[in-house]
Amino acid sequence: MTNPNALLHRRDVVVELLRERGELLVIAGLGAPNWDVSAAGDNPNNFPLWGAMGAASMMGLGLALAQPKRKVLVITGDGEMLMSLGALATIAVEKPPNLTIAVLDNERFGETGMQKTHTAGGVDLAGMALAAGIRTSRIVRTAEEVTAIRDLAHQGKGPVFALIKISPEALPFVMPPADGVILTTRFRQSVLGDEALYN
Amino acid sequence: MAGLAAKPENKAAAPLPSWPDEVYRVLKEAGVKQVGMVPDAGHSRLIRAFEADPETRLVTLTTEEEGVAMLAGAWLGGQRGVLLLQSSGVGNCINMLSLPAICHMPLLMLVTMRGDWGEFNPWQIPMGQGTQAALESMGVIVTRADEPDLVAQTVWGAANLAFNTWRPTAVLIGQRVLGAKNFKELARK
Repeated sequence: MTNPNALLHRRDVVVELLRERGELLVIAGLGAPNWDVSAAGDNPNNFPLWGAMGAASMMGLGLALAQPKRKVLVITGDGEMLMSLGALATIAVEKPPNLTIAVLDNERFGETGMQKTHTAGGVDLAGMALAAGIRTSRIVRTAEEVTAIRDLAHQGKGPVFALIKISPEALPFVMPPADGVILTTRFRQSVLGDEALYN
Repeated sequence: MAGLAAKPENKAAAPLPSWPDEVYRVLKEAGVKQVGMVPDAGHSRLIRAFEADPETRLVTLTTEEEGVAMLAGAWLGGQRGVLLLQSSGVGNCINMLSLPAICHMPLLMLVTMRGDWGEFNPWQIPMGQGTQAALESMGVIVTRADEPDLVAQTVWGAANLAFNTWRPTAVLIGQRVLGAKNFKELARK
């Protein structure tokens, strides 16, 4: 029997979000979400951040606006999202239908010694996203609910915000290329074609 | 009590500044599709031009570093953009400027200055005087325009540099161009 109160495991969540990903474009926030997305399989349509904390959701917005026919999924952590709360307001106003933000919430700053974040103190990021005006905003605790977010991300009926409660576990690093030029160039070449190499 | 001499007035009535219209044309020719901005009075005419432009997405930001990240995402998706901000907002962008620096992404920032020529508000001085050094410390290529006639060509140069060499650039538009505010004078009237 599985314990119905058990927290989700972050890498299971990410594997499910990226199942049959097709043309999905992914921005991964720095730290563990980067390693999780990479563990699910390095892919030129991933842009995993190694720094610039707070960038992930707004990069997702710029990408979603530039590529309205593609679906964009931002996978980031609670600490990273807390650093750019204003982005929730900006994204709510712009209403990109093709953007989903999935926050893996372990209630910890995982890379720096597992200190508690504000979500451990009761801050409700999904409530904040909803209050900002992102109408589809959920707290996710079960595998079935993760699948529902995966499906929404692929349908493009966003913007969608999901706060996915996960276990605060430290897992082995799985690293993508670290060079920003490589990550940028391969992503642009994949999305825009070889033309991207010439301008 | 002796005050400072009044600012010399131009004899002729000042014509409406046309540089924002020229900058708009330069940005359109450069292929700008996304405009991120935290408003400034000095950018108001340019902002109105983009508001009226259905081909350009104008995004109001809650803080300037959002725009650095948004335009990085835009570039990944094949669109060019510009970030409109005031010099005080440059300080908000510092760590986010890692992104265009390490990824060799173009970034074009048009910065209207406070805390320089003719400033009346002492609180604008620290960031205004630190703006250029802060940008340069993060690898942004900075050029200044201190005359109205030089703004459009300075923006043209920075746009070409940004989009052809994939580097972050900033144009600082000085208060000599924008006119120095003086709320103290206004309060006395």
